[in-house]
Amino acid sequence: MVHLFKNNGYNIALDVCSSAVHVVDDVVYDVLEVLNDLPGLCSAAAGTAGADHPASAEASCTSGCAENAGKCSAAEAPDCAESTGKCSAAEAPDCAESTGKCSAVEAPDCAENAGDCGTLADSCGSGSIVQGVQTRLDSEAVVSQVQAVLNGKYAGEEIRTACEECEELRAAGMLYTEDAYRPAIEEFAQRQTVVKALCIHIAHDCNLACRYCFAEEGEYHGRRAMMSAEVGKQALDFLVANSGNRRNLEVDFFGGEPTLNWPVVKELVEYGRSIEEAHNKNFRFTLTTNGVLLNDEIMEFCNREMGNVVLSIDGRPETNNRMRPFRGGQSSYGLIVPKFQKFAELRHQNNYYVRGTFTHYNLDFAADVLHLADLGFKQISVEPVVAPPEMDYAIREEDLPVIMEQYDILAQEIIRREKEGRGFNFFHFMIDLEGGPCVYKRLSGCGSGTEYLAVTPWGDLYPCHQFVGIDEFCMGNVTEGVKREDLVLKFKHCNVYAKPECASCFSRFFCSGGCAANAHHFTGDINGNYEIGCAMQKKRVECALMIKAALADG
Amino acid sequence: MKHIKTLNTKSLQSTVKKGGCGECQTSCCTVGNQVCEQEKKN
Repeated sequence: MVHLFKNNGYNIALDVCSSAVHVVDDVVYDVLEVLNDLPGLCSAAAGTAGADHPASAEASCTSGCAENAGKCSAAEAPDCAESTGKCSAAEAPDCAESTGKCSAVEAPDCAENAGDCGTLADSCGSGSIVQGVQTRLDSEAVVSQVQAVLNGKYAGEEIRTACEECEELRAAGMLYTEDAYRPAIEEFAQRQTVVKALCIHIAHDCNLACRYCFAEEGEYHGRRAMMSAEVGKQALDFLVANSGNRRNLEVDFFGGEPTLNWPVVKELVEYGRSIEEAHNKNFRFTLTTNGVLLNDEIMEFCNREMGNVVLSIDGRPETNNRMRPFRGGQSSYGLIVPKFQKFAELRHQNNYYVRGTFTHYNLDFAADVLHLADLGFKQISVEPVVAPPEMDYAIREEDLPVIMEQYDILAQEIIRREKEGRGFNFFHFMIDLEGGPCVYKRLSGCGSGTEYLAVTPWGDLYPCHQFVGIDEFCMGNVTEGVKREDLVLKFKHCNVYAKPECASCFSRFFCSGGCAANAHHFTGDINGNYEIGCAMQKKRVECALMIKAALADG
Repeated sequence: MKHIKTLNTKSLQSTVKKGGCGECQTSCCTVGNQVCEQEKKN
């Protein structure tokens, strides 16, 4: 699968299953569009493969027949393999009939030219001429077909050279790479997991009344509560006991507002440090705060003990104050900004995020991001609100064109500032093309419900902070451990292959199938898809790749 | 190449055999920007 898009003057081809990113000229872009979209070429392409490259054609057919065992009859598949990839003229129409994808008119043509049911089923059925087929993209038949479709738009030699370069990349595994990962991922899902991280709900209470808060002023559909030091220590003991041989463990102090229970935060950090050596563990503590109670003592403690801090602010004063007021309605912007600026500087502009939310009321959110950058922050995340559609501030489908435009504006400004030496990081545009995790991690999701759990003030365990308060997702508690192995199993298998919409999505290796909580809230199923979120995710991936292209351009 | 400039050389296929150690952090960093613990060690 090759995803093609144009952005900011760049033509970009993403080979989805290898994650190779190519910046191409107009000729190659148009050639790839032809290769992607014209099933009418499949008979010639496959036929040429059979004639010019019998080994490739045979490999394609044998695997094709095996893959399509459910489509061709049991008797036909062995025949295909035994006869080195040849179906008889009589068998081929049967193959076509059983797939139901090629028309009666196309089937004889495909069979006559290709002579193999594997290619017939794969190529014609998917509507792609090259997906999963060992056809040379620079073969005479392919080149002439592309030339015919482009109809004189480019010189014949230009198209031939473009096809040769595409073939060079395909042969190197960087174009039209097949998604052959499913068996490995399904096997990976069977592994014994350990708990790597806890989200400690240290306070189910808050001193702000943010309108969009899924925790409802910190209460999480329940009652106000503070976690006791005793429950907190039991949570850390639970993490140590359930983390196997893993040394690095993460503990995020979350709320509500964690600084409302600051003495317990400090006590738990001290306790964690005291048990590290005996258990050969290393805790990485983190904190999310609205900044209201932030002071020098808290900053100093965090800079010594917290691997990361998240500082909540939405952007411009009017944006922030509309959605993040005090309970009495007073604005919070003026109080928190100087503290956050000081905190970021004390952390040398690293290991923190200022983190905001944009809503239907500030669809021009690029201005909020740039406002935060102009305040001096270098690590910024401003993310779309996730809210039921009936809420007045919810993102709606009709908002998407404006949001897409805003992401483009933001991407271009990020490039400009980076080239001027005053760049900043925007969380949702951060993609590592040379490093990044392995394919197992990319396709297996975030770890919620298996490697990551949330702990309520009274010690109950949930798959993540966004499931807290939903009784059906209570998994156990810190004293008795995880009781709902059925939920663990469900989350273990919540990956891109469990979500039909993800199977053909170009961004699946960058988003891991999206957020299980969002899927549950919008579809009632953790394997569902939050479609508005998906649309924005795809746009962000495109912008992130374009930024890479632009910065590589010098 | 005359028509194509490739931005990256690492391929996902190469991580099938050597990946899957499970040492990486949970994500929500985004997975697209996550650090592989194996690579960090090496």
